[in-house]
Amino acid sequence: MKAKLATFVAMFTFWVVLSGMFDAFHLTLGVICCMLVAHFSHDLLFSGDDDQSCVRGLLGFVTYLPWLFYQIVIANLQIAYVVLHPRMFELIDPHVIRFKTKLKRPISKVTFAQSITLTPGTITVSIHDDEFSVYALTRSASDALPGEMEARVARALEPDL
Amino acid sequence: MTILSILTIILMVSGLFFFLAGTIGLLRLPDFYSRLHAAGKCDSLAAVLMIAGMAAYNLETFSFGALLVSTKLFLIAAFVFVTSPTATHAITEAALVLGVKPWKRTRGRQAGGTRP
Repeated sequence: MKAKLATFVAMFTFWVVLSGMFDAFHLTLGVICCMLVAHFSHDLLFSGDDDQSCVRGLLGFVTYLPWLFYQIVIANLQIAYVVLHPRMFELIDPHVIRFKTKLKRPISKVTFAQSITLTPGTITVSIHDDEFSVYALTRSASDALPGEMEARVARALEPDL
Repeated sequence: MTILSILTIILMVSGLFFFLAGTIGLLRLPDFYSRLHAAGKCDSLAAVLMIAGMAAYNLETFSFGALLVSTKLFLIAAFVFVTSPTATHAITEAALVLGVKPWKRTRGRQAGGTRP
């Protein structure tokens, strides 16, 4: 029931922002649609978590975002430098690295993998259980992994570890 | 010249710079995988910078409607941030499964000249 309510609130907020209409007709339409969606797919958005870990996860994620954005900007500048360099072929050295992660929850693994892919120079190719395969464009890009990013994801999404 | 229009110009120009770098990278890098780096990444930051620029431009005449439009623009940025790495990851893994050969750097002095 709680998951249904949370899904409904999230869906309806989204509806109101996207529609921008505040008359009774459109709001009623929104309520009906969101109730249908919440009824049929309440187990997708908030699955299996108790409220506390949900709120904590959200807070941790919000504090993690600014750092991630900062990293993305730095890494983008590095890639722009490599790409615009006249002797680019001496700077790049594409290779695959594998490492084991200590992250346990699926959500934090996904966040970590997406963060790696978002920061230029590295792409997560696959995750099998604990093992990440990361394709890196330069040596310096792969040297930084897993390192600080994993620690920050762990702090944001797995406070019990 | 208000602060908002200066902000718009800065955001748009830096977004254009990253799009340009991404495109040059797409053309210059040697193989499929490294081209994905340029295509999938510089674009995500560039797109977000451009969208932020549009949102700032849109807010110049402040009204509730303009605020709503800017919120929608930032929602686009949020979804780009989620979907872009997912797509990059899916394409890379598909290519690896199909056995597309990655470009390997040959050690030595003539390394700079070798192209696949």
